[in-house]
Amino acid sequence: MRAKTVDRIATAVIVCVAGFIILLLAALLGYLLVRGLGHISFDFLTSAPQALKAGGGIGPQLFNSVFLLVLTMIITVPLGIGAGIYMSEYAKDNKLTAFIRLIVEVLSSFPSIVIGLFGLLVIVNTFGFGYSLLSGALALTIFNLPMMVRLTEQSLRSVPKEQKEAGLALGLSRWKTITSVMIPVALPSIVTGSILAAGRVFGEAAALLFTAGMSSPRLDFSNWNPLSPTSPLNPMRPAETLAVHIWKINSEGLAPDAPEIAAGASAVLVIMVLLFNLGARWLGRVVYRKLTASK
Amino acid sequence: MIIEIDKLQLYYTDFHALKNVNLSIPERSVTAFIGPSGCGKSTLLRTLNRMNDTIPGVRIEGKVDIQGRDIYSSDMEVEFLRKKVGMVFQQPNPFPKSIYDNVAYGPRLHGISKKSELDAIVEKSLRSASLWNEVKDVLKKSAWSLSGGQQQRLCIARALAVEPEILLMDESTSALDPISTTKIEELTRELCQNYTIVMVTHNMHQAARISDRTVFFLNGEVVEASDTQSLFSNPVDQRTEDYISGRFG
Repeated sequence: MRAKTVDRIATAVIVCVAGFIILLLAALLGYLLVRGLGHISFDFLTSAPQALKAGGGIGPQLFNSVFLLVLTMIITVPLGIGAGIYMSEYAKDNKLTAFIRLIVEVLSSFPSIVIGLFGLLVIVNTFGFGYSLLSGALALTIFNLPMMVRLTEQSLRSVPKEQKEAGLALGLSRWKTITSVMIPVALPSIVTGSILAAGRVFGEAAALLFTAGMSSPRLDFSNWNPLSPTSPLNPMRPAETLAVHIWKINSEGLAPDAPEIAAGASAVLVIMVLLFNLGARWLGRVVYRKLTASK
Repeated sequence: MIIEIDKLQLYYTDFHALKNVNLSIPERSVTAFIGPSGCGKSTLLRTLNRMNDTIPGVRIEGKVDIQGRDIYSSDMEVEFLRKKVGMVFQQPNPFPKSIYDNVAYGPRLHGISKKSELDAIVEKSLRSASLWNEVKDVLKKSAWSLSGGQQQRLCIARALAVEPEILLMDESTSALDPISTTKIEELTRELCQNYTIVMVTHNMHQAARISDRTVFFLNGEVVEASDTQSLFSNPVDQRTEDYISGRFG
């Protein structure tokens, strides 16, 4: 009887905790959406912001966020997967690898504002990349790489030994076994890791203040030459992202409708993260099915 | 003799796992390794396709010749060796792909890309593994939808598809039900007309049923190696007799 009572109490406590977390999340999401959704319109999503007048949009910021995400992932994913493969399959178990692993751990818990300052000193000033999308992408790479490496390493390690041996026993080289047997099996976890990394790119503001900058030049969306300074595709131009924009409007916005813009932009940001998550999961499933089950 | 093992010593860091093994294995026959757990029979099997290379701390002395070539010499390509010496594992381990792709996997990665050629290899390998009639209409289905016994025969087909000369079977029936086990045993007898089969088994009766030669291991040493019938009816060594009469192990 006593064990049963304890079990009941424990279950009740756990259910309460879980319920509390869900409630908190729902409240937060509901608050953001209720306040912001009313402000979202096609015009809001596409027009440029206004400094002093009401009615400004978030078009360039939205584009910047997506573009910065793409740039960052182009740099982070290959580096992260490569390093993860090395750590799980090639690195010998010695003091050096243990040290590298420690560094990766430390790096993954670095405060993002410190990475922002590092980016300002090294990437923006010393390398001379200036306030630019590329600087921002590099800073976010530093921010995200440790997680990418660790997740890839863990997902490769969790591939059953039997699968790896099956590949090796067929006379495949180690590299071919990794790329054609192990990576497909590990893919779902690698995709999940990339989604987590991408979510952090969308939401990050501190690391970008000093690297991608807080302004966006006038963009000409009909100019797709990546070398032109007014082209949205130019990676060397400063670019204020949505998260940075929200921070700026809230702290120093002069437009009379600044609170509404901030609310609308926050809702857009949350929806973007959600859409991206769902999209990436769907893509991961499709790719996994292509690589594994029948065509 | 297709395999000649000469004064082989194997160490896992400090542990002396194989002690001075001398053994010859004849072509196109079934050789069974028997012995209690930890006696080194699986370790020896895995030296024959150098799967022990993947374990850190393994040190090998002595010589293993396969078809007259020293497989541990520096000019031996391990990928080439493993093409010639296929392996079937204890747990069926098909890739999470279609039945067809599992069998076509090795040939594809070794450079065959013509559809007609692959089709022919897949059919031939599945027929040799006596699985063709059961799966010929569902080749596009996932290999993981098959039963355990079918999966194991699929793994045999996958190994045969890269045209090995020798097939190593590491307790390949121990995870299967009795009916599937019988099928694999019958298959083993058929395959030994074209391939040299070396198998590790926990099951003495299985060794007695299907092998031509039996090797008894104890504590990393070969105690006795002879043709199966005389080993089981007339063991020379007292330890062999104790083991096969069930006094230990």
